[in-house]
Amino acid sequence: MDMDAVLLARIQFAFTITFHIIFPSFSIGLAAFIATLLVRWRMTGKEHFRKLARFWTKIFAVSFAMGVVSGIVLSYQFGTNWAGFSVVAGNIVGPLMGYEVLMAFFLEATFLGIMLFGWERVSPNLHVLSAILVALGTSMSAFWILAANSWMQTPDGFEMRNGVAYPVSWFHIIFNPSFPYRFAHMFTAAYLTTSVVVLAVGARYLVTSRFIEESKTMIRMGLGMVAVLAPLQLFIGDQHGLNTAKYQPVKLAAMEAHWDGSKPAELVLFAWPDAKAETNHFEVGIPHLGSLIITHNPDGLFKGLKDFKPDERPALLPIFFAFRAMVGIGLLLIAIGLTGAYLWWRGKLFEATWYLKPLTYAWPLGFIAIISGWWVTETGRQPYLVYGILKTVDAVSPVSFGAVLTTLILFVLIYTSVFSMGILYINRLIEKGPQGEAIAASGDPSLGAHPLTAAQSATRSALGSEE
Amino acid sequence: MDTLTYMLPLIWAAILAIAVTLYVILDGFGLGLGILFHFERREEQRDVIMNTIAPFWDGNQTWLVLGGGGLLAAFPKAYGVIMSGLYIPIIVMLLALVFRGVAFEFRWVAKPRQEFWDLAFSWGALVAAFAQGVVLGGLLQGLAVQGDHFAGGTFDWLTPFALFCGLSLVAGYALLGTTWLIYKTDGELQDWARDIAKIVLLLVVAATAIVSLWTPLTVPRIAERWFSWPDIALFAPVPLLVIYAAWRCWHGIENIGNDAEPFIAAVALFLLGFVGLLISNVPYLVPASMTVWEAAAAPSSQLFMLVGTLLLLPIILGYTIFVYWTFRGKVRAGEGYH
Ligand code: HDD
Ligand code: HEM
Ligand code: HEM
Repeated sequence: MDMDAVLLARIQFAFTITFHIIFPSFSIGLAAFIATLLVRWRMTGKEHFRKLARFWTKIFAVSFAMGVVSGIVLSYQFGTNWAGFSVVAGNIVGPLMGYEVLMAFFLEATFLGIMLFGWERVSPNLHVLSAILVALGTSMSAFWILAANSWMQTPDGFEMRNGVAYPVSWFHIIFNPSFPYRFAHMFTAAYLTTSVVVLAVGARYLVTSRFIEESKTMIRMGLGMVAVLAPLQLFIGDQHGLNTAKYQPVKLAAMEAHWDGSKPAELVLFAWPDAKAETNHFEVGIPHLGSLIITHNPDGLFKGLKDFKPDERPALLPIFFAFRAMVGIGLLLIAIGLTGAYLWWRGKLFEATWYLKPLTYAWPLGFIAIISGWWVTETGRQPYLVYGILKTVDAVSPVSFGAVLTTLILFVLIYTSVFSMGILYINRLIEKGPQGEAIAASGDPSLGAHPLTAAQSATRSALGSEE
Repeated sequence: MDTLTYMLPLIWAAILAIAVTLYVILDGFGLGLGILFHFERREEQRDVIMNTIAPFWDGNQTWLVLGGGGLLAAFPKAYGVIMSGLYIPIIVMLLALVFRGVAFEFRWVAKPRQEFWDLAFSWGALVAAFAQGVVLGGLLQGLAVQGDHFAGGTFDWLTPFALFCGLSLVAGYALLGTTWLIYKTDGELQDWARDIAKIVLLLVVAATAIVSLWTPLTVPRIAERWFSWPDIALFAPVPLLVIYAAWRCWHGIENIGNDAEPFIAAVALFLLGFVGLLISNVPYLVPASMTVWEAAAAPSSQLFMLVGTLLLLPIILGYTIFVYWTFRGKVRAGEGYH
């Protein structure tokens, strides 16, 4: 197969899925946040919970739509770009994705209608229930797709016959060795990311003295989640790494830029790994700490890159730097969470401008960490598509170089323009803020008729204020 | 072949046929409304047109995901061959659906400067519908297969026949869209839809006739299936029923009163077309190269999925109907869903 067509197909897949994951991460967390707000509204009767829920629902609608259209592209790309993958792994990955469609996508897509439009049309309880079902749908979607992805990382419960994987135990296929860790880590990541956005938006309003009551609720809810989830994420991530050490040692060696498996590893803080010279330049590290983290013994040994043939090693630079970006953000979020919790405890949280001001810029942190994490995971799996079983080069579709190149260019152009507009619209909605009554329908006749009719009126005024 | 390996692929072909049919009908009228956008330029009317489908479009479109996902799960080899062989029309369809899908949302946010998203909605729908027709035509012509893989060229699908199938599907979706509009609206917009619907119906009837003749002429295998005795007697009711359904559709469009009739008749037309396709192509999944048995996933995979499908599909249909019921009734200008 043409090597360049493989590279193009990889770039295309990496590009489309990196765009996609931005929206699911937000949808998963936001759906749960909105459902929580609505439940609290039903329990306390306090209107501002409902007002907040309505505000975030407008944003959710925009984000969800982008998640849906980018996801549909992906579900077809397995065939358009990786036909060999569907032949070799279709018996296994197919049903997992089939269950995702049946259990998750239909649930979230159908009840979305009621969640977005139902404000006046259905009873409050049914409306709250719809929001809960949407949140449940997004979580189940993560469950199944991560089962599929984890199986590609650490395949289990199958046998190979004539180069095709056949299922033996569905339990072992779904709960393959890396699945529990990946699911816990990604799920926490989605909630953490959304919490940071909520916190940042709350801080943005508070430092400019707008929507005081709502912003305090947002800050409390966002911060509470960050303070708990960020440390938890460090713990889960550490366990996840131990699992990687066991099942994908070469990926771990690349993450740590650890070359020589016969010596205890240092914790490399910074370096420029050089795949040709098989060494690190400009290395800054803490001796023995790497071994301590991975083997829980300062003199423990684990495999280094030199223990693997060069053509079995993944690309080093993206893995090494993406891993540090993710962990760096993880540590930063812990610091943000703990500082905020301390201020909250001392009753100084809402006055601490020095703390809140920088926070208004913190909203992208979670997204960057999630994308980095996926780049580590997916690039670290190379040169395999299904680890140890199917090489990426053997999976590519028999599609011509020109066709893939043309569609890649189209994807880049269309995605960047369409989705930047979407993100711009979301920003406008946030700029406008949770205004008006919780039920704004009275003023706007078309309200309730459309997912975004709610958003429409708000943005119309946001636009108007610009003109 | 034991019973299981014989039956499972057939059951799965039936489930996929149901999923694709539901997609074509449900998203068909959604795309049809997008196609109608080209002919109705008044903003207020466009708002109503969109409102008639807004709460449902995402659920409707999910049948397309089930079509793709189900094909991957139950017939992975056919999935690989079809997606590679029809690479260009499929990617074009997906990109068009990106525009059409986000337009649903962005259009309202962008107001009063929504023109671009109006274009995205109408052209997205038109191109997606056309590309889907081309995919169908490409499949009917057959794909070159070697072993488990597609072995043809990038543009093999590009024939007058496939392009004509694209146009026909555009007309077909437009018919679903206009008749849906007759059903969901009243007053001026409904009158307008009735006028358009007649023209569209004539186009659809003409396209059906042409495709029905053209297909056996280009694909001898299909000619043999239809025109050999005694099959011709067996299948003759299909074209007769098509004529009957078209007549009922016309009748419904003309007669104010039963607003659901034209839509039901249009759906019936689509179902009959589908029956025709089945007759022409059973037992092929990738016509002339791969039968349902050759393309099938391992029996244990099909069985595992079947359990879930039999359990979940009724539930999905149940809550889909519930949501349609929740948003029942006419949609009026400036009124939305009351
Ligand atoms: C951890 C979560 C996660 C991951 C890794 C992925 N997705 Fe996704 N996907 C979702 C979580 C999600 C979601 C939360 O369910 C979405 C995103 C936003 C949304 O609106 O629903 C969604 C939407 C979505 C849709 C549209 C569903 C609909 O019509 O409602 C499809 C077809 C896919 N995805 C397919 C994929 C494929 C083929 C992936 C991998 C190759 C993938 N997704 C990765
Ligand atoms: C959603 C978060 C994800 C992100 C950001 C992501 C990122 C990437 C990246 C960067 C690549 C290119 C790697 C390379 O070629 O060096 C890739 C490849 C790939 N990923 Fe993922 N991935 C994600 C999830 C998934 C999931 C859930 C699946 C399957 C169930 C999956 C299946 C694949 C496949 C089939 C390829 C192409 C073959 C390959 O290059 O190995 N990915 N992904
Ligand atoms: C705080 C310290 C953290 C550690 C030690 C850590 C550890 C890891 C490890 C070892 C992997 C690769 C697993 C593999 O492919 O084998 C990974 C992947 C990933 N990380 Fe982290 N992580 C941390 C923080 C974060 C944060 C803050 C986020 C996002 C908010 C995040 C999101 C992800 C994602 C999305 C993946 C890819 C999916 C997966 O394999 O789970 N991580 N992480």
